[in-house]
Amino acid sequence: MNDKPQYRKKDFISDQEVRWCPGCGDYAILSAVQMAMAEIGKPRDQIVFVSGIGCSSRFPYYMNTYGMHTIHGRAIPIASGVKLQNEDLSVWIATGDGDALSIGGNHFIHALRRNMNLNIILFNNEIYGLTKGQYSPLSKKGSVTKSTPYGSLDRPFNSAALPLGSGSTFFARTIDTDPKHLKEMVIAADAHEGTSIIEVFQNCVIYTNKLHDAYTNRLTRDDNTLRLEHGKPMIFGKNKNKGLICSALTPQVVTIGENGVTEADLLVHDVTANNNASMLSSLKFPEFPIPLGVYRQVEEPVYDDDLVSQIQDVVKEKGRGDMQKLLDSGDTWEIK
Amino acid sequence: MKDVDSVVIRFSGDSGDGMQLTGTQFSNTVSRYGADVSTFPDFPSEIRAPQGTIAGVSGFQVNFGSTEILTPGDAPDILVAMNPAALKANCKDLKEGGLILINTDAFDKKNLMKAGYKDNPLEGDDLNNYRPIKVDMTARTLAATKHLGIESRFRARCKNFFALGVTFHMFDLPPDYCISWIEKKFKTSPLIVQANICALNAGREFATTVETLVPKKLVPADITPGHYRQVNGNIATALGLMQAAEASDLKLFLGSYPITPATDILHELSKYKEFEVITFQAEDEIAGICSAIGASFAGALGITTTSGPGLALKGEAIGLATIYEIPLVIVNVQRGGPSTGLPTKTEQSDLNQALYGRNGECPVVVIAASRPSDCFHMAYEAARITLEHMTPVILLTDGLIANGAEPWKIPDFTKEYTKIKTKLVDKECQTGDCKFMPYERDPETLVRKWTVPGMKGYEHRIGGLEKQDVVGSVSHNPLNHQVMTDLRQKKVDLVANNIPLQEVVGEQTGDLLVVSWGGSYGANVTAVKEVQKQGKKVSLAHLRYINPMPKNFHDLLKGFKKILVPELNMGQLKDLLNTKFQCGARGYNKVQGLPFKVSEVIDAINKELGTI
Repeated sequence: MNDKPQYRKKDFISDQEVRWCPGCGDYAILSAVQMAMAEIGKPRDQIVFVSGIGCSSRFPYYMNTYGMHTIHGRAIPIASGVKLQNEDLSVWIATGDGDALSIGGNHFIHALRRNMNLNIILFNNEIYGLTKGQYSPLSKKGSVTKSTPYGSLDRPFNSAALPLGSGSTFFARTIDTDPKHLKEMVIAADAHEGTSIIEVFQNCVIYTNKLHDAYTNRLTRDDNTLRLEHGKPMIFGKNKNKGLICSALTPQVVTIGENGVTEADLLVHDVTANNNASMLSSLKFPEFPIPLGVYRQVEEPVYDDDLVSQIQDVVKEKGRGDMQKLLDSGDTWEIK
Repeated sequence: MKDVDSVVIRFSGDSGDGMQLTGTQFSNTVSRYGADVSTFPDFPSEIRAPQGTIAGVSGFQVNFGSTEILTPGDAPDILVAMNPAALKANCKDLKEGGLILINTDAFDKKNLMKAGYKDNPLEGDDLNNYRPIKVDMTARTLAATKHLGIESRFRARCKNFFALGVTFHMFDLPPDYCISWIEKKFKTSPLIVQANICALNAGREFATTVETLVPKKLVPADITPGHYRQVNGNIATALGLMQAAEASDLKLFLGSYPITPATDILHELSKYKEFEVITFQAEDEIAGICSAIGASFAGALGITTTSGPGLALKGEAIGLATIYEIPLVIVNVQRGGPSTGLPTKTEQSDLNQALYGRNGECPVVVIAASRPSDCFHMAYEAARITLEHMTPVILLTDGLIANGAEPWKIPDFTKEYTKIKTKLVDKECQTGDCKFMPYERDPETLVRKWTVPGMKGYEHRIGGLEKQDVVGSVSHNPLNHQVMTDLRQKKVDLVANNIPLQEVVGEQTGDLLVVSWGGSYGANVTAVKEVQKQGKKVSLAHLRYINPMPKNFHDLLKGFKKILVPELNMGQLKDLLNTKFQCGARGYNKVQGLPFKVSEVIDAINKELGTI
């Protein structure tokens, strides 16, 4: 069984010159995705990358696969059409927090409700970069940006709770400074049947530089993030001595070895448990670490599978349609 | 027994009285007995407007006869009024001396008040100009069905079949077809079948006792022999698109969002899973068209259907499909606007939106269907053009022809509508890397090739950013943008080589050329033929291909002293003709949510002739 094409990362690099700002987190995401694609090994002609508008939405131009750069906010419905026409395709969406959650917010929630086999990579930099720096639906209240010189008044979305509340069957979080983890999340999303979302904390060097620094840089991230693994206790910290417990339905950070806390007291991550995902999405930094990894992965009916089988069932029951027969049957009459 | 050329009958009652069904049964029956038919349903936009009120009146007009029938008719000869509101709303439209069949049982104090009558019109002089036939329909229906032993409220509902029975007698129509329809429709409730049949027969029997109701004999119209079925425009549109998918060997993908009066196309297409038709009811209008664009990129016949407000929302995405240069059919079933406007009423006021409603230089092909059955042909044409030219096509229909029905001679698919050749590359790339140039063009038509995901070696990226000529990569080069803009325009202009020449009803030269488009064809052609009979030098050019126009169209205009453009808008085609051809065209315009009457167009023609 070796008919899978043998790809290397370079096979997924297109001939287009990459034009993101020097130091932009997008480079790392592109590289990790290209590595993941080589590892997944699906034929290049079976892969479609679709994007909307924004810095991250230039992504498809740089992938040596089929690609569509579309219009602002509409990558998801366009990708849905691609998938429904040909369910064999591996369909990926590259989108930013403005593109996906503001102008494309409606499509975002409905895609999660339908659970088509789509993969969404959400680049979160809490800013509109390409329009030169306006606050986004993920910017914290009070953000000073070009359109909010006195601070933004909007409350942001909780970018994990929103998809979970919309019925997301796969939600993962990762960071642009850890290509290995990013690649793992891409591979896990690919394997998931249904709509997968990977939210990537991505650094915009121009407008929100170092915004995610505390939980993405190599020096401090271990103390500020919790690496989720299904079936494993929720331990974090550079010295692997901190953990999460739940007391009276409220999560709490504890130190192993203090106050008699042992590893056995810690919460154990379960990707199939709704309460667990919901608890994780509620954790606020810096009081809590930011969980990275797969929050939730559950099996639910997949829209495109159901569509295909509905059509197959009807064809099986009625036989393949014939236009002449259809029109000649039923309420017709003869004029002589 | 007297023969009859053509008769207009309007069934009207409360929204819950089953008038759409009654009208449909009547028109289906007369078509079966050889009449030509055109129908016009007219119903409120509320599903159940307050019972008994004028707002809740639902009407269904049928024009039928032994001549060619192209419109639902101007003024009714016969009115069926099931309640006071129906009488009040419709009486003024009736021809003088017209016959009114009235259900007197509905004329109680409460209903009279709801309809806004102070006094009972059946008792005063209100109906002196007409011939009222007052029948206690509800009571007679109840009596005729009493033996069935079902609750009276169910039996009373059959009164529409009583009214239908009376009209059957008036034109000596056999009830057989209607009875077999009732048997099929209500097959799960045998007692309801019986009740409806009893009501129908009671109506017929009652009519024989009315001396003034001498049956008129319907002489079959001179109709081309063949196999027929009744279609309305929305169904015909759906079927035309399906045949195009079959003829091009593609999957049909419809991305759509419910909107009156276009939704029936979605309903119809969603039935045909055995044709592998995919219907996707999207979360909004934009998602509807975007999913169709995605499907088209992946190799489907991508279609979206909508009405005016929806077309407004789809504008940006139409631009995307235009710059992508991929196939896409957009069907706009026009209704009164602006904004929500008149959702259930007809208008032709989206022509400008179809031609121009996008940012940038964004030409698309615009075509329009002329009558219900023509929707099949033009929907097929929309798909053929988009697939052969790799550019979006907007098909305009309107509420009148979308809901209006007429007999349609079923095409023979071994002879017509057989094959559409798409631009899909037919060869697999052998080397695995074909250096595919997405925007390389056929030098004659300027059409590019269509390669879709799953085709090995043709991997490519396209986008809404301006692209470099031939290569397709992003380009902001000033001269390249000019080149690409010119190419996209030229490509649409060249579609003129692939559409039929303009046909003319009447002589190729004369005093007045009436230029019309869309669903007002029926009224315009009937009016033109009428004045031609009077020896006037008037011809009709009814445009079905509006952008680009047929190649002979400009020359045609030159053969006439005057040009008159009747349209259900404030002069959109007229303005286009004057801009393009400086031909001094004058408009005849109406926006009242109603179709043209033939008499209105005749008056407009005569007025225009008077200025020569």
